[in-house]
Amino acid sequence: MSTLTTQRTTAAPAAPGGSPKRRSPRRRLRGEAKLHPVVWVFVIAVMGFSLIPFYWLVNTSLKKGVSLSKGELFPSQPTFENYLAVFQSPEFLLALRNSVIIAVVTTTVALVFASFAAYALARLKMRRKALILTLILSVTTFPAIAIAAPMFSIWREIGLYDTLLGLIIPKLTFALPLAIYTLTSFFKEIPRELEESAYMDGATPFMAFRKVILPLAVPGLATTAILVFISVWNEFLLAVTLTTSPEARPVPVAIAFFSGTSEFDQPLGTISAASVIITIPLVILVLVCQKRIVSGMTAGAVKG
Amino acid sequence: MALKSLPPARGESSRGVNSRGVNGRDRAERRVAFRMTAPSLVLMALVAAVPIGYALWLSLNQYSVRTAGLSRFVGLENYITALSGPHWWAAFGQTFLFAGLSVSLELVLGTAMALLLNLAFKGRALLRTVVLLPYAVVTVVSAITWETMFAPNLGLVTNVLSTLGLPGGDVVWLGEHGYAMAVIVLADVWKTTPFAALIILAGLQVISAETYEAAELDGASKWQAFVNITLPLLRPAIVLAAIFRTMDALRVFDLPFVLTRGANGTESMSMLAYTQLRENRLVGEGSALSILTFLTVMAVSVVYIRFAGGNIRDIAKEEQ
Repeated sequence: MSTLTTQRTTAAPAAPGGSPKRRSPRRRLRGEAKLHPVVWVFVIAVMGFSLIPFYWLVNTSLKKGVSLSKGELFPSQPTFENYLAVFQSPEFLLALRNSVIIAVVTTTVALVFASFAAYALARLKMRRKALILTLILSVTTFPAIAIAAPMFSIWREIGLYDTLLGLIIPKLTFALPLAIYTLTSFFKEIPRELEESAYMDGATPFMAFRKVILPLAVPGLATTAILVFISVWNEFLLAVTLTTSPEARPVPVAIAFFSGTSEFDQPLGTISAASVIITIPLVILVLVCQKRIVSGMTAGAVKG
Repeated sequence: MALKSLPPARGESSRGVNSRGVNGRDRAERRVAFRMTAPSLVLMALVAAVPIGYALWLSLNQYSVRTAGLSRFVGLENYITALSGPHWWAAFGQTFLFAGLSVSLELVLGTAMALLLNLAFKGRALLRTVVLLPYAVVTVVSAITWETMFAPNLGLVTNVLSTLGLPGGDVVWLGEHGYAMAVIVLADVWKTTPFAALIILAGLQVISAETYEAAELDGASKWQAFVNITLPLLRPAIVLAAIFRTMDALRVFDLPFVLTRGANGTESMSMLAYTQLRENRLVGEGSALSILTFLTVMAVSVVYIRFAGGNIRDIAKEEQ
């Protein structure tokens, strides 16, 4: 079933089931023993590496003028001027709108298409299933530039260049395989017995999918939606190649081209403020949906 | 990735006996399966296969936006230009340098993080949340964050270094090749190590405690247990993380774009293709470069699958 489970059973023949029941007391034992001071140093180092850059980004966003260029460890006169400048910039507000539209539409379309395909791939008998899965997964490794270059030419011909639709379509190239991949591994985890009983009652495979699997797959669908949303929100290469005006640019591109409020200004203050603003929702998402994100990231990897 | 596709779907073996006689149901099921997959496959053909095919065609033509849509078939000329000039090979070298550095750092740090997250201690949940935060950051923001860390005068690292009188304090980090590459690698390591760590942690959690108990009885030290038990058992998870991360690193674009715009010898393969296409308006050569990038990444993934091939065959055998 899985790469890693396989390894476990072959490596520990003494415990054929690898029974989780016998593992937990062991865990508790380890927990009772206090961590070695050296291990604490590592824990603190890892936390510092993760958090200090965030601190510095926020710190930079709260400074202006001399206080900014001196690089004060703590802002002596913290100011929200950079944030005001960002919110007064029509370019940034347009970019926010664009990003939301692009991410919501792309995620929805990808999820609808992917849930059908993933069910068939996870459950139904199918010819050339291994080949189809391999093809789908290989698309996730395509360099986006190989899609962006031809799209740039095609879109200029047919007028989709610098439009939201012109961004949504190529973004599906990568959203769809990601969604299929993640959903397939979630569908595989749903116990088969439930569908079997639906089949006994005379359901067709499609009815079993709609009435039995989909309702049970809601957590998996939510997880997949979060992962696809984050990846679409984050995507940069297609966005920068296929847009040129604020009307179509999503947030990452707008920030990359943000040039500050005036030419005398050190633009890094405003850019940092914009970065903080778009990071806050993602941080909240991680805090609230941490378990989901982790299970989605590792679902395909471990429970093939 | 392809690792996953080879084992047959779970039900096929268990249900095969019952349904072998019922050919009609099999056929109906295959038909439904085809219909459910077809929309996605058609859509993917449209948004993935067609563009790449068209890029191939564009790369065989000389086409300039300046000449108002006039194109001329030139065969492999664009490829010859690209492969015989210095730019492609410089970008190729820099991309692999970046991928080699960042992926090895991510695997080492990721393994260390995974080991910490696997310990049961007060604060483990907090550590997991904190570690996961950079992963949620948009790559462009990760680049900006590290720009603020290393900017002359206003950066944290540059300030600390110059206060301590250490070298690097008065360096314009993004203005010199080695230093700029270091910042780009750091920005990538910061954002994506959590991903490697979580994959490796998942691998760690299925190693049974009994294995360690047996080793302890045999008098193995913790370090011996790590080298002789943990690492070999973690190999599949580490290989998997390495595959995902390498494929991603070879496509690097956002970080050098924001941090250096490709200056000081930090241009990646994707960036070079972008520059020719968008800034120099050389559609033919830009397409040839994007096809070369595509082929390079695909070649590396084939090598990886070959390399992990032994694992795949073992798994397939166990499944049967």
